[in-house]
Amino acid sequence: MERRDFLRTLGMMGAATLPCKNLRAEAQSDEKEFHGILVDTTRCVGCQSCEEACAEANGLPEPNIDDAEPGVEVKTSTDQFSSINCYETDVGEVYVKKQCMHCNQPACAAACLTKAMFKTKEGPVIWREDKCMGCRYCMLSCPFDMPKFEYDSPIPKIQKCTMCWERLQEGEQPACVETCPEEALTFGKRRELLDEAKLRIYNDPDDYVHHIYGEHEAGGTGYLYLSAAPFEQLGFRTDLGTTAYPEFTKDFLYAVPIILTLWPTFLLALNKAIKKESEESEGEL
Amino acid sequence: MNAGNGSLTLLTQESKRFIKFFLSELKPKGKLITPFNIIATFILVLGTILIIIRFAKGLGSVTNLSQEYPWGIWIGFDVITGVAFAGGAYVITFMVYILRMEKYHPIVRITVLNGFLAYVFYAGALLLDLGRPWNVINPIIGNSFGVSSVMFLVAWHFMLYMIAEFIEFSPAVAEWIGWKRVRAFLTSLTLGAVIFGITLSTLHQSGLGALFLMAKNKIHPLWYSEFIPILFFVSSIFAGLSMVILEGSISQKVFRHRISAKLHSSHNDIVLGLAKICAGTMYVYFFLKLLVFIHGEHWLYLNSPMGYWFLIEVIGFVLIPCRLYTQAVRYKNFSAVKIASILTLIGIILNRLNVSVIAFKWYETVRYVPSWMEIAITLAVIFAELLVLRWIVNRMPILSHSAEIENEIKNMKHEKIFFKQPEELEEWKISSM
Repeated sequence: MERRDFLRTLGMMGAATLPCKNLRAEAQSDEKEFHGILVDTTRCVGCQSCEEACAEANGLPEPNIDDAEPGVEVKTSTDQFSSINCYETDVGEVYVKKQCMHCNQPACAAACLTKAMFKTKEGPVIWREDKCMGCRYCMLSCPFDMPKFEYDSPIPKIQKCTMCWERLQEGEQPACVETCPEEALTFGKRRELLDEAKLRIYNDPDDYVHHIYGEHEAGGTGYLYLSAAPFEQLGFRTDLGTTAYPEFTKDFLYAVPIILTLWPTFLLALNKAIKKESEESEGEL
Repeated sequence: MNAGNGSLTLLTQESKRFIKFFLSELKPKGKLITPFNIIATFILVLGTILIIIRFAKGLGSVTNLSQEYPWGIWIGFDVITGVAFAGGAYVITFMVYILRMEKYHPIVRITVLNGFLAYVFYAGALLLDLGRPWNVINPIIGNSFGVSSVMFLVAWHFMLYMIAEFIEFSPAVAEWIGWKRVRAFLTSLTLGAVIFGITLSTLHQSGLGALFLMAKNKIHPLWYSEFIPILFFVSSIFAGLSMVILEGSISQKVFRHRISAKLHSSHNDIVLGLAKICAGTMYVYFFLKLLVFIHGEHWLYLNSPMGYWFLIEVIGFVLIPCRLYTQAVRYKNFSAVKIASILTLIGIILNRLNVSVIAFKWYETVRYVPSWMEIAITLAVIFAELLVLRWIVNRMPILSHSAEIENEIKNMKHEKIFFKQPEELEEWKISSM
């Protein structure tokens, strides 16, 4: 009985889900002019001055400047929002800057129940201290494992790259972009960065793999990467797919209002339908 | 004016009486120094110290959580497993109030109480895990409703469900204090609370699974599927009922003196019925697991350590206890039922920990293993719950109706008069229990 009812409800749920397309859970699309940063790894020489600039802009401790070696993974942390890693690849040693990817539809922002993690209209994903309750669901959800939590603080914060959100509001460029001596980093509107990236591949088809990491990964990210070596050799996850992460919980969230309205009606009806057989002892605990 | 004064004096009198009564009830019953109490005291003191350290120095001081493993056993075991174990309340209230299966009426109160306390303590343990617990009210009252978050749904449902369960349970509190009119009012809310509670449970039992939907690529493919919410919901049915069976067999011993003759005589019958439902839902669950497995084309993963681990969970702790339940019902073997319920509960612990901790980032070289302090605090939470449970069961009419109420029910059935006499006002009496 229980299972049949459950399946029936599921059926109703499915039928009712069809016309619900505009219920979309806060879907942000490409149409807004998100800003992003294009990283051309073929230009990066691994000087790590972006790391220094990042630390200075965010008031973080001085980063270790000689740590980019092949085989050593330098992850970002609560003290370092951006890290240069070195990878041994088919085309020799390649330096790659790693930081928050600023997804178009960030898993962390969809996961946040207080909207502390927040995708701004301009593109950067920021964290708002007064809202966060520290559940760390953003960390669980982020496909790039970028939000970092201050485990050793009684008043912990979530730390990660904010694309220098405060500098952007003052009309400046992100610190790392401004500093980069090799122009490996370009800040701009994501749409224009994609054009630029495609142009570079088109102009020098032999110098690049014909893929822009971040164009479609996890639904598209604010950071875009060009590379001469396949991206799996650069420590990138290439198994993320092109679906925006909030889509994974969309079906479940669609079902919620449907169950919330149908289930009680159904239960009450069931209760009334069975009433005749035993009319006594209603509501008697 | 006079009438106003009258009711006011009555109210003050009554509240004085209540405070006196409450204070007298606070005193422990039975021997103070028992092995259980000694262990409980030790663990509670230890747990309290560790909790103070945790809030003074941050989560890192007592837990082994890391940037790679943001959730440990406080979420994976306390909250996610604890809530599955508390699923008995919505299943039993569904059977008794919606399907009107009167046979199970005697165990409603103890089950609802268990469920309520489980939510208060295990979902309450969530506060220990929150980095910034003072902001916990933000999703409730703040201007920051993250409605696209599954966690938002789970948080609201925890809160609402605790209220619903408290309403379901509240007539027992009113009986204990002796407030008949209040009890009559609270009883009238029961059906509504039950319907609301079942709806909420459906959503947040599955919602706890849906939390992990965005951890795609982080959970081993044998455990990750888009059907996690449905699997979590179905398994919460037999997890909850197995817990009811196990708790029932324990309280038959521990609370022997508190159990009504009615419950005592029908206990075996109830256990067999529950075992039957467990067996049925477990077959459904096993079948669903199989479907998900075949649908996902996961054959290749089976021949690996994680694959063997998966088989242990699904065969050892789903199929075998399911079969055991079936056999036990057929031969009316109660110890087999008990063993099956224990195996089932272990299976649920394995499943929930697999999804949240063990198969989570199975590829990392440095794995999360809980620290002894995390385990100690978890134990402290469990013992605190058990102590409160014992305190309530030993005082309130949980496993039996009070004699007074029993008479009243009889009278009500004959007279069909519900506290209409004006003298009733003066009759607010304190239970002598």
